[in-house]
Amino acid sequence: MNILVCISNVPDTTTKVTFNANNTQFNTAGVQFIINPYDEIALARAIELTDGGKGAVTVIHVGEAANEPTIRKALAIGATDAVRVNAPAHDAYFVAAQIAEYVKQHQFDLILTGRESIDYNGSKVAAMLGELLDIPSVSIIKKLDVDGTQATVEREIEGGKEILTIPFPFVAGTAEGVAEPKIPNMRGIMSARTKPLAVVEPVEVKTFSEIISYETPSPRSQVKLIPADDVATLVDLLHNEAKVI
Amino acid sequence: MSVLVYAENAGGKFKKSVYEAVSYARAIADQNNTTLTAISIGDVSADELSALATYGANKILNVSAANLKNFVNQAYASVIAEAAEAEQADVVVISNTFSGRGLAPRVAVKLGAGIADGAVSLPETTGGKFIIKKTAFSGKAFALVELTSTNKVIALIPNSYKVTETPTGAKAEDFSVETKESDFKAMLKEIIKSADKVSLPDAEIVVSAGRGLKGPENWGMIEELAGLLGAATACSKPVSDAGWRPHSEHVGQTGIAVSPNLYIAIGISGAIQHLAGISSSKVIVVINKDAEAPFYKVADYGIVGDAFEIVPKLIDAVKAYKASA
Repeated sequence: MNILVCISNVPDTTTKVTFNANNTQFNTAGVQFIINPYDEIALARAIELTDGGKGAVTVIHVGEAANEPTIRKALAIGATDAVRVNAPAHDAYFVAAQIAEYVKQHQFDLILTGRESIDYNGSKVAAMLGELLDIPSVSIIKKLDVDGTQATVEREIEGGKEILTIPFPFVAGTAEGVAEPKIPNMRGIMSARTKPLAVVEPVEVKTFSEIISYETPSPRSQVKLIPADDVATLVDLLHNEAKVI
Repeated sequence: MSVLVYAENAGGKFKKSVYEAVSYARAIADQNNTTLTAISIGDVSADELSALATYGANKILNVSAANLKNFVNQAYASVIAEAAEAEQADVVVISNTFSGRGLAPRVAVKLGAGIADGAVSLPETTGGKFIIKKTAFSGKAFALVELTSTNKVIALIPNSYKVTETPTGAKAEDFSVETKESDFKAMLKEIIKSADKVSLPDAEIVVSAGRGLKGPENWGMIEELAGLLGAATACSKPVSDAGWRPHSEHVGQTGIAVSPNLYIAIGISGAIQHLAGISSSKVIVVINKDAEAPFYKVADYGIVGDAFEIVPKLIDAVKAYKASA
């Protein structure tokens, strides 16, 4: 079976997020970029499902050449080959439209994304891809098992989970629980250098959203410390001052 | 033009997040001097449906076809897009719930609409623009996104807009739709409810604990405190990674983001990845024995002390408060 894993290039989780002087651009100076952690889960599961010659894993990334180290990392982890669509990722719709175009020209049984990227947190690409390709999509899955030409997935819902069976092809957004991320070994790192990384030019897509500016959360007022032997005062403050209980 | 809001039900009932979405959509309709239509899909009683009128829906569409009883995002997206076209709605509001996240992008693609997911405020419409504030960088920042299309889809974060009553007296009417078989390929086999009394994404109060608890056997007091407060329990990443608590409780940048009225963090140092997931909480209480823990920098109230000493005292204090209330 052939699996396509969509990967996004995001700031490391320890990044302190800052913007330029007029708050219109994210400061990338000194920021370490990584494979989106949820996409790493998708990649790990795709490798498990095709292990032992049961298929191939292609990773696709929409972004500029500067992001190639992230793609090579995915190859080092164990993807078979990679594709980069040579354009900045304008928004989720742009990315989904580029990937949909690639999928229409190739055959995949399963398309995986992370549940969301940790930079823009949209959770949109999986469902948009499903819609653009007119195939099922399931966002935010916690488990993925394959059985012949269909899969069983667990989908998170408020206060529980749903179990669904879905025939191939479909799109799923993976969350924690689907697989443990894999760390590349030395052999993987060496072989990643020579694995195929195709660069394709983008198709024209009309987009409908623009980021105008950014804001950082307003700082909270100084913490009010309550002595450890006066816990009742905390309850009183939560009731009478904060009015949350 | 008009505004359409999707009222998601859970087992035939509407949650508070639905009333927030309806109130929010009402405000957008008012901004544009237009009407608000609500649509419900599934098996919801007439009484429950009429509640949508309380929060400002001028029209309530009820889709109760048997094959649409359970959520299938592909089919539900088709129904919502059909209703948007029938109602000539150019703004569609959907709650940013687990199901909403799988639904809203599909609706947006169908309608050729720009989408603002994770919305936390009403659109800014000065100068004919349509700009929405949304969460970004997993709670470390907000982005102001302009939607430039005629049709727009907004996915509203639960607990970010106040429920407002503006009764209209509207009654539900049946809305029939043509469904296509290819929308039903995903088959629901089973719904498994978790044993927790309060679901974490919906919770107004969250009691969260970290490695300071030393082991899974010590969560009894966390559950007891949560039970007393009607709160959901949560944990930090190291705790779920160690298997002490399920992944579904992991709050933070790579877990889930919460925005409760009260977040109580016990024995959690407050790494930047954890703070990202909780920064939109309205009030934050920290209990940690390390007075230098980064969590104190973002907290509203704090008690410096050992969790094993403070939490039992807090349980007693909450019991005393409840007894006197």
